[in-house]
Amino acid sequence: MSETMTGAEMVIRALQDQGVEHIFGYPGGAVLPIYDALFHQDKVKHILVRHEQGAVHAAEGYARSSGKVGVVLVTSGPGATNAVTGLADAMMDSIPLVCITGQVPTHLIGSDAFQECDTVGITRHCTKHNYLVKSIEDLPRILHEAFYVASNGRPGPVVVDLPKDIQFTPGSYSRPVNNQHKTYRPAVKGDMDKIRAAIELMANAKRPVFYTGGGVINSGPHAASLLRELVRLTGFPITSTLMGLGAYPASDPQFLGMLGMHGTYEANLAMHECDVMINIGARFDDRITGRLDAFSPYSKRIHVDIDPSSINKNVKVDLPIIGDCAHVLEDMVRLWRQTAPQIDKVALKDWTNKIEGWRARNCLAYRPSNETIKPQYAIQRLYELTKGRETYVTTEVGQHQMWAAQYFKFEDPNRWMTSGGLGTMGYGLPAAIGAQLANPKALVVDIAGEASILMNMQEMSTAVQYRLPVKIFILNNEYMGMVRQWQELLHGGRYSQSYSESLPDFVKLAEAYGGVGMRCDKPADLDAAILEMIHVNRPVIFDCIVDKTENCFPMIPSGKAHNEMLLNDYLGETGTDIGSVIDEKGKMLV
Amino acid sequence: MSQMSTHYPDATRIETVNRHTLAIVVDNEPGVLARIAGLFSGRGYNIESLTVTETEHEAHISRITIVTTGTDSIIEQIKSQLGRLVPVHRVVDLTLTGDAVERELCLVKVVGKGDHRVEAMRLASAFGARTLDATLTSFVYELTGSTEEVERFIKLMTAVGLVEVSRTGVAAMARGAEGM
Repeated sequence: MSETMTGAEMVIRALQDQGVEHIFGYPGGAVLPIYDALFHQDKVKHILVRHEQGAVHAAEGYARSSGKVGVVLVTSGPGATNAVTGLADAMMDSIPLVCITGQVPTHLIGSDAFQECDTVGITRHCTKHNYLVKSIEDLPRILHEAFYVASNGRPGPVVVDLPKDIQFTPGSYSRPVNNQHKTYRPAVKGDMDKIRAAIELMANAKRPVFYTGGGVINSGPHAASLLRELVRLTGFPITSTLMGLGAYPASDPQFLGMLGMHGTYEANLAMHECDVMINIGARFDDRITGRLDAFSPYSKRIHVDIDPSSINKNVKVDLPIIGDCAHVLEDMVRLWRQTAPQIDKVALKDWTNKIEGWRARNCLAYRPSNETIKPQYAIQRLYELTKGRETYVTTEVGQHQMWAAQYFKFEDPNRWMTSGGLGTMGYGLPAAIGAQLANPKALVVDIAGEASILMNMQEMSTAVQYRLPVKIFILNNEYMGMVRQWQELLHGGRYSQSYSESLPDFVKLAEAYGGVGMRCDKPADLDAAILEMIHVNRPVIFDCIVDKTENCFPMIPSGKAHNEMLLNDYLGETGTDIGSVIDEKGKMLV
Repeated sequence: MSQMSTHYPDATRIETVNRHTLAIVVDNEPGVLARIAGLFSGRGYNIESLTVTETEHEAHISRITIVTTGTDSIIEQIKSQLGRLVPVHRVVDLTLTGDAVERELCLVKVVGKGDHRVEAMRLASAFGARTLDATLTSFVYELTGSTEEVERFIKLMTAVGLVEVSRTGVAAMARGAEGM
């Protein structure tokens, strides 16, 4: 049944029909009709952010912690350009978003009108798809199609650019029977012959390892439970990328921890020496592979990915399987049970023993201190004291992010939100706001650095306004820690512009925003302070003053292979100057 | 790891760079060409030639023919990157389907008198070029042929007073009874 309504009303109606409960946005001239339509209803709740970048990250946090599509509404020109960083972030990490941007009226497009920019041109490369709506007849289809494209196949952000005159134009709206795109149909079922071949390869493996990524999370909680089933059935060890943490419980003995540049010794060496690698929903990112020509030199590689362009992009694989993780894992579990393969128990025992030997190296050990809070210790205590609660963790980008990934143990999917691909400082606070909104009863902590948090600090107002009791846990070392660490590695310890000069008093800042400020600088006081933070039912900024010189280890320096890791006691054991470990070629890399 | 002789694989092999002709069927919607051209520039791929026109007006479908170069793995990447664009229906590598018909059209203007003018006419008739325009001092020829033929024709015409060239780029189609 079709109804007549304006374009602006169609936007809100389509959101309602999609089951959208919350949208994140910021009003402006070119979206006023939509904000007016929003005013006349109460099904879709609008969260007013303080900067459009914050809106997109909040929608990302909302999407990743709930499995729904995140929705953003911003105005034309600066509204759209401010959203670009968030869109690029969602593109890199495959987060499903629909971002509606206002546009100047159709007859003014191209005239350099006030607050005009070529939004579809600018966002073409940082969205999965985008639309400029030129006629009211197309609007209902495009709105629903946008949700389909954002959430099907490899998820990603979709922009719908909507000129102001179309928002005023009346047209006929009816909810489409299905919102599929007319031709876009990504394959979800894997090729059975290839899955059979994969099972055979796995059955004959002597040194196998699962390497899983964000694709498992995107595929939904069902994929994570199938992954757990398959890993337990096979008994193989498993490692995960940054984006995949939580798909497999970190406390399980088969889990080797995160791999890659700041991954564990055991995970990286297992990758280096394995004979069969089973990649499920990961994309061989350069932070994972290190030096490409020395990456896992003895392995046959199985790669399950929904995006054919991920196959053979960085690393050649032997057995590509195009499909959705959950579908492929389901087939794998069924086949493994049916065939009940005779695995080489002796070889697998040797392999496990070898891995246990690496694990005994205890690569995440650090020198404890009674004087200053070690950042690693702070994360460990935060983890221990929040264990057993429903906890969601977001991060900013830098050393604190890597420490969070290393020391906070995630047992469930969708509990961990971080900017992996784009590495966007300022992601954590808005993402925490989105996650808190989607999970009102949960504890949501943004593990932050004192530099990153200032990039989207203004969103503290949003948290206070909507009474979202997010906890901002700042590991404050007064440095852009990862920049400083790289300056030590590459540039002779010349700390060019990496000192956080003129920091605000975070306690007073929290209070100024109407939140709660806390500070802790003694290891002995830390537990009590963290517990107090957890129990405050308001937004908290926790300024945790940590060791200023601590670096993030283990580390695979740029241009090095998995078996050339730097460990935390590197300097102590060998006396090698940290500035000499990366060669000239490595210095060219990022 | 005694069975492992070396930590590193063989020395980097130099892969050969090949020329491929791709036929891409797309929805003819605004921005689709920018999406495709942008994909090539954004990811550092080459475009040797690109032709596009709507081929099915009712269904708003266009066919784009792109001639590109790259190693086998780059060509594979190009095809899967194209394939994941939402408005792209199909990508067919005509170089792999074998022996496709590839033609392009060029217009050349030659200006000259005396021997040059006579030689230009001889060459044009040897290549089977059509004369589209003639004045006392100039000709405009049209030649349709393979890229190599067109290249040869232009090179020869340069010697006899070529002043302007306009080329369409390659249009291509697989041989045989089967449709795309």
